[in-house]
Amino acid sequence: MRASETLPLAAQAQPERAARKQHAWLKRLNKFKWLLLMTLPGVLYLFVNNYIPMYGVILAFKNYTYTKGIWGSDWAGWKNFEFLFISPDAYTITRNTVLYNLAFIVLNLVMALLTALLINEIRQKKIARFYQSAFLLPHIISMVVVSYLVYSFLNMESGMLNRVLSGWFGIEPISWYSEAGYWPYILVIVNAWKHVGYLAIIYFAAVLGINREFYEAAAIDGATKWRQMTRITIPLITPVIITMTLLSFSGILRSDFGLFYQVPMNTGALTPTTNTIDTFVYRALLNQGDIGMSSAAGLYQSVVCLILVVAVNAVVRRINKQDALF
Amino acid sequence: MPHTSKFKFGQLGIHAFFWLFVIGSLLPFALIVMVSISGESSIEQHGYSLFPSEIRFTAYTFLFHDFSEIARAYGVTIICTVIGTLVSLLVTTLLAYPLSRTELPFRRSLSFYVFFTMLFSGGMVPWYMTFTNLLPMKNTLLAMIIPGMLLSAFNVLLMRSFFHNSIPDSVVESATMDGASEIQVFFRIIVPLSLPIMGTIGLFQTLSYWNDWYNCMLFIDDPKLYNIQYMMTKTLTNVQYLLMKSSSSAQAGDMLAKMPRETVRMALAVVGFAPLLIAYPFFQRFYVSGITNGAVKG
Repeated sequence: MRASETLPLAAQAQPERAARKQHAWLKRLNKFKWLLLMTLPGVLYLFVNNYIPMYGVILAFKNYTYTKGIWGSDWAGWKNFEFLFISPDAYTITRNTVLYNLAFIVLNLVMALLTALLINEIRQKKIARFYQSAFLLPHIISMVVVSYLVYSFLNMESGMLNRVLSGWFGIEPISWYSEAGYWPYILVIVNAWKHVGYLAIIYFAAVLGINREFYEAAAIDGATKWRQMTRITIPLITPVIITMTLLSFSGILRSDFGLFYQVPMNTGALTPTTNTIDTFVYRALLNQGDIGMSSAAGLYQSVVCLILVVAVNAVVRRINKQDALF
Repeated sequence: MPHTSKFKFGQLGIHAFFWLFVIGSLLPFALIVMVSISGESSIEQHGYSLFPSEIRFTAYTFLFHDFSEIARAYGVTIICTVIGTLVSLLVTTLLAYPLSRTELPFRRSLSFYVFFTMLFSGGMVPWYMTFTNLLPMKNTLLAMIIPGMLLSAFNVLLMRSFFHNSIPDSVVESATMDGASEIQVFFRIIVPLSLPIMGTIGLFQTLSYWNDWYNCMLFIDDPKLYNIQYMMTKTLTNVQYLLMKSSSSAQAGDMLAKMPRETVRMALAVVGFAPLLIAYPFFQRFYVSGITNGAVKG
């Protein structure tokens, strides 16, 4: 259409325009060369730390032998995945990871919300800040320290818990580190102890973001504190609650390696209830040297997580576009 | 107010709830400290207790008798924390600032390149192989600084939105019009303006380097390079680990007989977490505000 009309002219101008365009492009590149150079260390780091390992997922499809290396090793097809999903481990670690995460999500949400709502009711701001600092302390210490703290309670001979149970209730000492059945409860409590304070502070920040005028108006209308809480605070922070919860759901196949490895002190007898995908991958790699199976398990985790995060993001976008990740 | 008494009662209940919470958070630390200064006989009789019947500092004299191992482990932790945090801040800022400039070429692709690392990972095995086979970092200090810890995409994006929201384009424009180069703009204007966010991210990074045991466990076999956290891990599962470095086996046997087994482990735990606990009151307000800002903006 128009192109054919102006063909002679365009044909003449095109090389020139292209050259000018290229020139402008180079000029722009030149203008921003320092800014682009600045990004280089970070870009290189992510390339080595994240993108090379992404390419390394081909290990899951290889029959890795040390002498042949990553490139030379023979292809194994889906063999590694077959071995993984035939073994009873695949079910156990998936079940453990998912169930622990569900328990963490529910318990931590309830406790953190309750805490955040109650801090909001404290009128002496200095005291409120003291409380926040105190229950954030467990969040900043390492899992190694946590494992010491847990050990001081659960140690068979002298641990505080056995002493209290036998001294006050006459219960025979329990060998906590060899009875797998107790650990789901222990780990859920330890996890809550470590993270509820942190989550409470995030929810409290959301509560503080609510316009104070709502409360003033409600108070004038004679609304009680309880009504203000249930009719103003909770509805207004619901988007934050939903977003945070959905985001935790997207990580349902991930687990905190330290919690499941350090706190049970890497005890073999406890693995039926403490082995998760992350500890399984670690042990398969470093104790058994089974590179094929461990990378297959890792890839299984990563792919499910990717699918979940994309799905969850789509849901979050529908609820509250601002909170969506992308 | 007509319902003051009811209100006071409510406040009292709330404070009671929080005091329980605070005690629950702090009690385990107190227990460890008390165990570390208990006499062995007190532990034999009453177990670990907050109120030991006999107070002894033998565990500490035992630990400090040969402090060189602990000092070395602390040295490793401190070197990795200081270097790691500084380099990490530099690399993060250098990446985040250009990404905040709207006119930057490839801006969208670069942002996606950073962001995608949060969505998908190749998993631990290829990552481990990258830093052991491709880049031979095993048994070097670099292994406790670089893999997985130096740069987090989340921090980059947090910082990018800080620059985007709090440094107006006009500041940069007027500076470049005055003839300042991009590098000058960065160091003279951007860095000073971004001290609050650098403080927050610096604190997060310091804590993660200080608390690291994972990289040490994966990449370090040489006990001379163990950091304090990993030394604590080793000692928890096997308290005799503290003696393994002793020069002769005869000496080790002698020490083993004299070692206050129960309490020395807890004394090491105290030595391990004390610096963080002592520093905490000084940075806690800053830390809380960092978390809330991160949660709101990130």
